[in-house]
Amino acid sequence: MTIEKHQHVTEVSRSVVFNESDHSSPGEQVDTKTVGQVTVDSPVISARHVNVHYGEKHAIKDVSIDVAKNAVIAFIGPSGCGKSTFLRCLNRMNDTIPNAKVTGSITLDGSDIYDRSQDIVQLRARVGMVFQKPNPFPKSIYENVAYGPRIHGLAGTRADLDDMVQSSLRKAGLWEEVKDRLDNPGTGLSGGQQQRLCIARAIAVDPEVILMDEPCSALDPIATAKVEDLIDELRENYAIVIVTHSMQQAARVSQRTAYFHLGDLIEVGPTEQIFTNPVHKLTEDYITGRFG
Amino acid sequence: MTNLVGSTAKSSSQAKVAASLRRRYAAELRFRAYGIVAIAIGLAFVVFLFSSIISKGYTSFQQTYLAVDIDYAADTIDPEGTRLPDTLSAADYQAVIKASLRAQFPNVEGRASLRHLYGLVSNAAETTLRDQVVSDPKLIGSHQRIWLLADDHVDSFIKGQIDRKLPESDRPISDEEIAWLDALKAKHGVETKFNLAFFTSGDSREPEQAGVAGALAGSALTLIVTLILSFPIGVAAAIYLEEFAPRNFWTDVIEVNINNLAAVPSIVFGLLGLAMFIQFFGLPRSAPLVGGLVLSLMTLPTIIIAGRASLKAVPPSIREAALGMGASRMQTVAHHVLPLALPGMLTGTIIGMARALGESAPLLMIGMVAFIVDVPHGLSDPATALPVQIYLWARSPERAFVERTSGAIMVLLGFLLLMNAVAVVLRNRFERRW
Amino acid sequence: MQSSTVVVVIVLLASFAYQWARRRSINLVGGTRGVRNLHSLPAYYGMYVALWCALPALALLGLWHLFGDRVILQMVLAQMPTEFQHLQAGEAGLVLNDIRNVVSGAVPAEMARPAVVAAAQHWRQLSHQGDLVGAVLAFSSAIVVGFLALRSVKPEMRARNQVEKIAEWALLACSGVAVLTTIGIIVSVLYEAMHFFHFVSPIEFLFGTTWSPQIAMRADQVGSSGAFGAVPLFTGTLLIAGIALLVSVPVGLFSAIYLAEYAARGVRTVVKPLLEILAGIPTVVYGFFAAMTVGPLLRILGERLGLVVASESALSAGLVMGIMIIPFVSSLADDMITAVPQSLRDGAYALGATRSETIRNVVLPAALPGIVGGVLLAASRAIGETMIVVMAAGLAANLTANPFEAVTTVTVQIATLLVGDSEFDSPKTLAAFALGLVLFFVTLALNIVALKVVRKYREQYD
Ligand SMILES: Nc1ncnc2c1ncn2[C@@H]1O[C@H](COP(=O)(O)OP(=O)(O)OP(=O)(O)O)[C@@H](O)[C@H]1O
Ligand SMILES: [Mg+2]
Repeated sequence: MTIEKHQHVTEVSRSVVFNESDHSSPGEQVDTKTVGQVTVDSPVISARHVNVHYGEKHAIKDVSIDVAKNAVIAFIGPSGCGKSTFLRCLNRMNDTIPNAKVTGSITLDGSDIYDRSQDIVQLRARVGMVFQKPNPFPKSIYENVAYGPRIHGLAGTRADLDDMVQSSLRKAGLWEEVKDRLDNPGTGLSGGQQQRLCIARAIAVDPEVILMDEPCSALDPIATAKVEDLIDELRENYAIVIVTHSMQQAARVSQRTAYFHLGDLIEVGPTEQIFTNPVHKLTEDYITGRFG
Repeated sequence: MTNLVGSTAKSSSQAKVAASLRRRYAAELRFRAYGIVAIAIGLAFVVFLFSSIISKGYTSFQQTYLAVDIDYAADTIDPEGTRLPDTLSAADYQAVIKASLRAQFPNVEGRASLRHLYGLVSNAAETTLRDQVVSDPKLIGSHQRIWLLADDHVDSFIKGQIDRKLPESDRPISDEEIAWLDALKAKHGVETKFNLAFFTSGDSREPEQAGVAGALAGSALTLIVTLILSFPIGVAAAIYLEEFAPRNFWTDVIEVNINNLAAVPSIVFGLLGLAMFIQFFGLPRSAPLVGGLVLSLMTLPTIIIAGRASLKAVPPSIREAALGMGASRMQTVAHHVLPLALPGMLTGTIIGMARALGESAPLLMIGMVAFIVDVPHGLSDPATALPVQIYLWARSPERAFVERTSGAIMVLLGFLLLMNAVAVVLRNRFERRW
Repeated sequence: MQSSTVVVVIVLLASFAYQWARRRSINLVGGTRGVRNLHSLPAYYGMYVALWCALPALALLGLWHLFGDRVILQMVLAQMPTEFQHLQAGEAGLVLNDIRNVVSGAVPAEMARPAVVAAAQHWRQLSHQGDLVGAVLAFSSAIVVGFLALRSVKPEMRARNQVEKIAEWALLACSGVAVLTTIGIIVSVLYEAMHFFHFVSPIEFLFGTTWSPQIAMRADQVGSSGAFGAVPLFTGTLLIAGIALLVSVPVGLFSAIYLAEYAARGVRTVVKPLLEILAGIPTVVYGFFAAMTVGPLLRILGERLGLVVASESALSAGLVMGIMIIPFVSSLADDMITAVPQSLRDGAYALGATRSETIRNVVLPAALPGIVGGVLLAASRAIGETMIVVMAAGLAANLTANPFEAVTTVTVQIATLLVGDSEFDSPKTLAAFALGLVLFFVTLALNIVALKVVRKYREQYD
């Protein structure tokens, strides 16, 4: 299993490296100080020159990066460097913070998500999110998963809804564990189960992209392994952005890795290359554990 | 050498510390004692207050009745023998009672003495007889032993609130009245029963007939208006301020304003009610509608503040989860935040309602202090409220009203206790630790 | 037609519109399975149309209620005989009252002047027609606007956003009520107080030392003028509030200290709510307690000691008020003391300070601003308290600092001046509003300062 994964990673990285060396770069040229290839062939999301200010604080400094379809990209970097902030820009969760100001452009399938005409509700239905701490609603397991389809009117009938709940729970690898107690409160599950419930809840809306902010930091190693497997499977259908503090995790689940430092996007590249052969001095220091 | 000096210096400062210890521990004990004394004073006040009110008031739930052999004389009640309801209800039952009392105490003579004799029973007895006869005309012509409501002096005397050893001029009840009562008692003609009328009748000038039903109905109507207005508006305002309002100058103004409004003296709300609702909008005086309006403005800040506190207690992760699912802010609040905050809001509302129930100053201003006998049925009927009734009775010169006032206070405190108990239960039941 | 019926009909129309619009939105996308192609859930289309159906209609109805009466009045007056057209303001008011009384049936028609009866007739007829017009207006608006809204229902229409916008406005309006209340208080009290200052100059009111608001009905009666110097009321208020604070601050503060620093958990959980009972007792009960128990008790006690204590003394009112605010002071002080970080205490303990030394030298100074804020709040409570003083302090406007004498307070005077029938044009009534104005601003100032101090203090340790 692990070996397979590794091969896969190498393959992807090779292709990107190939692209880079060939200089027939995919997409447009981006003016950025980031080291490595920030663009990909057919991005779901592309962010260009994004800046985020919290009042006086400049939290994200001119970051440009693409998110590829059917792949996992990991954001790493020392604490406070702006990973969460940038992640939350991608589905406009920063709108809930009163003094946050986002500039630059972020497009989802070519249309600007910060455009005035963008319906934030539709955006979040297309870009789902899983949070650091599992946060199931204090309702039944069933209601947790059914909530998204309900508010978005995805299920025509009760049977449709039941199907959606079941298939989401299956995809999240939780079905077998909870199928007999769908009416129990979601908050009664174990931490790992709760997190998978939150993932099930996110995929019930059938998004294109799933954002995960340190989804395993509150979990034990076994639960973490389960979630990681799940992420790997989900990649077939979704683009996934994951923030993690665990270098091993980034290596295990992602195909591309982006390294943030004090609000700057320092380096982006195929995961294997970042971990084995980082170009930038800061990346290397971080990877080798000289700080962070 | 130096070492020696050092150690003596050290030991001398230790000695100083040791010497000061007694004094310092004494100060410590004194300080502790102040605290205990303060608490004792506070608790003593609680005990004193309650015992003074209960000891004065518990007797109001009992009422003295006198057994009188009533002669339903046909020629007084219905001389023509028509038995028409109109005749029966217009008849002079006072005369019937007087004649019966005279027959029972044949030795009483003289106008003054007779007046005293007639005064033993309350003038409500007349109504009792009338109701009896109208509903059962066959009574006419018969003799019955009937329990009649005693006058308030008699009631106080029988309950032992008037000392018979006092000189006659110092007590409201005369020697001959006492003699008659003793005679009646000997024939088992004096009894104290549960005072149902206290809970079923409205106000009266006669203490023995006065009850809290009117005031209770007035308070209930007023509180209903208060609840209907202040709960939805308060919850909505709390939601807006906590969940939607941008942080800017105006929301700061609203916030400061609400905090200050919570501390504005209640009588000022009365002035507002008088000038605004009665004078400007022409709403009726003394009406529960206006009382409820004023009290809801008064309660609103309490509910808003409590509501915001319980909204704040809902963890932000729940909001994030819903927003992250693509729920709109309104949906997030309606589906997730509000249901979780509602128990806390209800608790705050009940506490606010309890405060409104005990409030009287603003009601004085809007004329809910009138003497009103009828039990109000509608929102614009003239009415009073329980605390105002207490105020009115407390000002009454009749000593028997002291007992009624204390009784009414006990009823009021009972309701407040109930409401607070519900609030506590609600809080314990639904309080969530995140 | 009765306006309640009109409202009910409009609500029915709106619920009908809700169903219709919901159905229409579903049909537009070919049944429930197509709902995902709608911008919003079908219920939102329903609500959108229902709101458009009901709100304008209800607003029209409300406007008609507010202003319809005035329109009718003008029409009635215009139709009256010419001698009624050019009346003085006062007379016109009387005639108007007559008409109103005839309309409401309070005065039988036989007893009124013919012109008034005719006008009343006219009024009745007009208001009948007016109600009908209002109802028709409301209904047609509901139907027309509702229909237009229904026509605008399309799959891509953002019904949810619209409905939520309206809901948010409604929420905003609700939080505006609190602001409106403050404005209402200021405007109404200020307005009547200004009226009062036409009769009595503010200088005299604020600095005069005699208060006797009784104004004789006839000019030749003795003491006909009335005096409105409020200084005795201010001193009386301060005296009673001062006594109350003298009772409540030490007792409240020491019990808070004991409960926060010494008492075992069990003791604290029992004693704290017991003390807080005092805060939940209605003030009228305290008033009764002061008047019936404490007042006589103090008088007897005074007699024993050879003092003359009035039965309605400032002392009894102040004492009982002090009891009332004990929990107020103690719970605020408790909050402040427990907010002092443990590290400060540890610092003192580590030096070998005893508990009381720590409290006196470290905890209390640190908590002082908060406690001062709490005392200020308690003072504003005491100044604004009404029932206790109304029942136990009396009406005599004595300018004295002797707690054994009877004094009166601002709130007592407001209450007594306004209870009973009040004419809004006599200085006696209006004086109450002037007093209310002073009371409002003094308590407001105290509150603002107190809340500022407390907030500053809280921020310091947050
Ligand atoms: N609401 C906010 N207001 C002000 N500053 C904020 C806010 N949220 C984050 N910041 C600041 O922005 C910077 C980036 O924060 P962010 O949470 O994105 O970091 P992070 O990389 O996710 O860190 P971690 O790994 O610890 O989660 C930090 O310096 C933080 O202090
Ligand atoms: Mg983070």
